[in-house]
Amino acid sequence: MSLAFHVRARRGDFDLDVAFASPARAIGLVGPSGAGKTTLLQGLAGLTPVKTARLTIDDELVVDTEAGLAPPPHRRSVGYVFQEGRLFPHLQVGTNVGFARPYVADPMSVGDALRLVDLEGFERRWPSTLSGGEMRRAAIARALVARPRLLLLDEPFSGLDHARRAALIPHLLRLREEVPMIVVSHDPRDVEALCQDVVVIAAGRRVS
Amino acid sequence: MFEPLSPFEIQALALSLRVAAAALIGLLPVALALAWLLARVRFPGRWLVEAFVNMPLVLPPVVTGLVLLSVFGVRGPIGGWLREAFGVTLAFHWTGAALAAGIMALPLVVRPLRLSLEGVDRHLEQAAASLGAPPLHVFLRITLPLAAPGIVAGVLLGFARAFGEFGATITFAGSIPGETQTVPVAIYAALQRADGEPAAIRLAVVSVIVSIAALFVSEWANRRVTRGRSDL
Repeated sequence: MSLAFHVRARRGDFDLDVAFASPARAIGLVGPSGAGKTTLLQGLAGLTPVKTARLTIDDELVVDTEAGLAPPPHRRSVGYVFQEGRLFPHLQVGTNVGFARPYVADPMSVGDALRLVDLEGFERRWPSTLSGGEMRRAAIARALVARPRLLLLDEPFSGLDHARRAALIPHLLRLREEVPMIVVSHDPRDVEALCQDVVVIAAGRRVS
Repeated sequence: MFEPLSPFEIQALALSLRVAAAALIGLLPVALALAWLLARVRFPGRWLVEAFVNMPLVLPPVVTGLVLLSVFGVRGPIGGWLREAFGVTLAFHWTGAALAAGIMALPLVVRPLRLSLEGVDRHLEQAAASLGAPPLHVFLRITLPLAAPGIVAGVLLGFARAFGEFGATITFAGSIPGETQTVPVAIYAALQRADGEPAAIRLAVVSVIVSIAALFVSEWANRRVTRGRSDL
């Protein structure tokens, strides 16, 4: 397993230029707010326009905008878990989690995905009845159903208290074996237990 | 005065419902496209489209009817072409009444649709895309259902406007019993007769009942489309 990326973007005066390569299965992306973490992640997923983006997973070039390889987000097989989960509020948890099933050749079953995040039996619950931690886990299960080649987690711990953060970590550790991931956090302690490699960025540049 | 409706009045009611339904069916796709354009796309001349959409709201309805007559009338540029190419005449025909009602209802349908489209969380659409859904599927499975309360509100307002339209209808389509004499036009026509007041009052009561029924249906539909949601 190896992962390499390079994203360049410009937003007014803000200039982002970060490159990284690592054999780790889970990479932490840490930095203060406004450092460009979310822009970098969204650039990799194709959710925001960037100047250039390059992404290699296991020596396979997935995105290289300079070489004209810029598939739209729905053809990248890159799972993206938004802050606070962003479950679709009009769909029950089971339908939310199974959303990707029509779009992939060999999707994971909703039951398997929910089991991986310890939410068995939540199929008929409405998102509005879930706690913050359950919402995060359901969103992760939803991303897993599409069997992405890479999972991007944007601040999976934001808004959770210490106990709930600690409870989420074993789930993510287990997932690390299923799919490589990049985990964004503004707090280095969040990614310490989870990630084998950490990139620190500030003001759009890599600092370590 | 509380006699049952005469066949003539039932005819007016049925015609009004048909005109309002046809107006809404023709109007909804157009309104949806316009609302999406105004809510999501930044393009030069956007204000012009917006002003054009809102025109029927600010113009006197009779003037809108006159504009329709000069454009869609048999001697108008579009009306003449429709007649020559397809043998279709809109003026003084029930389809003309539907066109007039649809044009008058347009701004009232576009506004709530646009507001609800603007209110849809773009991150939810991005989440759907990252799950592999192509743009059309994102629109049909995420954007449209999330905008459903605005669609319900737009349909109610549009129906009310189309059902009650008078000025543009009588100008463009006239007052032909069974063809273009909708309930409001029939009320007006009844009041012109010396003995018409009871008929006018009966039709007015029918209008109130239809309006209240529309409100109830819209409230029921709104509950259905927002079932389980707490983000509203």
